[in-house]
Amino acid sequence: MIKMKNVYKKYSNGVVAANGINIDINHGEFVYVVGPSGAGKSTFIKMMYREESPTSGQIFIDGTDLGTLKNKEIPYLRRQIGVVFQDFKLLPRLNVYENVAFALEVIEETPTEIRKKVTDVLALVGLSQKARMFPNELSGGEQQRVSIARSIVNEPKLVIADEPTGNLDPDTSLGIMNIFEKINNRGTTIVMATHNKDIVNSIRHRVLLVEGGMITRDEYEGEYSYEG
Amino acid sequence: MKGRTLSRHFRESFKSLGRNGWMTFASISAVAVTLLLVGSFIVMMMNLNKMADNIENDVEIKVVADAAASDAAVKELQEKVQKIDGVASVEFASREDELDKIIQSYGKELSLYKQSNPLGDALYVKAADPHNTAAIAKKIDTYEYTADVVYGAGKVEKLFNVVEISRNVGLILILALLFTAMFLISNTIRLTIIARGREIEIMKLVGATNNFVRIPFILEGAWLGIFGSIIPMAAIAIAYQQIYAYWQPKLVNEMFQLLDPIPFIIQVDGLLLFMGVFIGVWGSLMSVRKFLKV
Repeated sequence: MIKMKNVYKKYSNGVVAANGINIDINHGEFVYVVGPSGAGKSTFIKMMYREESPTSGQIFIDGTDLGTLKNKEIPYLRRQIGVVFQDFKLLPRLNVYENVAFALEVIEETPTEIRKKVTDVLALVGLSQKARMFPNELSGGEQQRVSIARSIVNEPKLVIADEPTGNLDPDTSLGIMNIFEKINNRGTTIVMATHNKDIVNSIRHRVLLVEGGMITRDEYEGEYSYEG
Repeated sequence: MKGRTLSRHFRESFKSLGRNGWMTFASISAVAVTLLLVGSFIVMMMNLNKMADNIENDVEIKVVADAAASDAAVKELQEKVQKIDGVASVEFASREDELDKIIQSYGKELSLYKQSNPLGDALYVKAADPHNTAAIAKKIDTYEYTADVVYGAGKVEKLFNVVEISRNVGLILILALLFTAMFLISNTIRLTIIARGREIEIMKLVGATNNFVRIPFILEGAWLGIFGSIIPMAAIAIAYQQIYAYWQPKLVNEMFQLLDPIPFIIQVDGLLLFMGVFIGVWGSLMSVRKFLKV
């Protein structure tokens, strides 16, 4: 699903965020990305959906070489990838239903399809009852579920989440993790950057440790711990 | 693009006008004020231009033949002048006609001269391009039997200069105003777009194409242009007709005539509408561009 070869990324301010990353993530895997702040986790993730481009090296998503992708083709890459943000990125003037439907409208889905898919996905994340509410009327955990619903409503093959439990209490975080587990069980690949030690250690999956722009540890059923 | 998507874009562009109420109002006012100024300048310029053309076309050369020249010689001179490149017309006036003209202007006392007319026959020469007047006059002066060649040397050149300068100044003013309008409008639209930066970012991240993001903004810009040009279009149409109705009867001199309201107003209004839409669309495109780089 995701393949990186000697990926190197240097920002214009001189910071090296990726220093020779090689990785292979298969279809249907669930991968945690852990590591200290500023280690290059976000860059690692952003390069997958082309928000950032590597300075050198190759990245393949589902067989597509992102380096050869034209700007025009980026939207079509992103339609295969769902992204969940730590700060949710919901539109305040749209209600829950509209926020999720928005992701389908911009890719020009038919109204019938939109209705069906949005209803289904809201049931999956347990927000059917709150479809007409606005983001400011929801708790943090509920907003994050809306954000997840939006990322998966298009049935992407890959879901990327950047600290999805970052601002949430432990119980709510578990609820969010349950949703990711459900999505993963349907065959969707999940890459999740996180600082949540309890979750990584209790719900065991492959763990990538990113330090100094490099992957210093890659363990199946790994633990959170890292030095520094 | 699908029809459904297009109608969505139209809907969105209208919604956005309403949502950004004050910004919309500010943009439309900016377009209206600038186009009103531009429109007034165009109306003035075009009319001055027409008058300048009239004045220029009125420049002629008066060739006075030797009083001693025979009719045949004058006839020959006329034919020669007619053959000069760039001469549009040559009018013959006999020495008697010339004297009558003078008597009319200066009074009956001069009728005495009818006994022995001191004047020569005259030719009135017009150049096809008034700017060639001096060159043609010079050439005629070399011919035989010409006593005097008069074309207001010096004055004509000065007039042409004044006309040229005022045309250029007007053009520069209009361009400067248009530039200001573009700047104002793209700035206002940029503010509304910054307010919606998050929305654009999300659109891009869920896989919207650039055109999908851009088109509602382009339409919004076009509406701003259209709504902004309505007021100046109406104002100029009404004001010009009033001015025309009031002044035209008083402008007896053939040189100072206003342009007829039809089709002049229609042309000016069409131009204003085009400029409004162009400014709006251009302003939107410039502002949305940098937000598409997500």
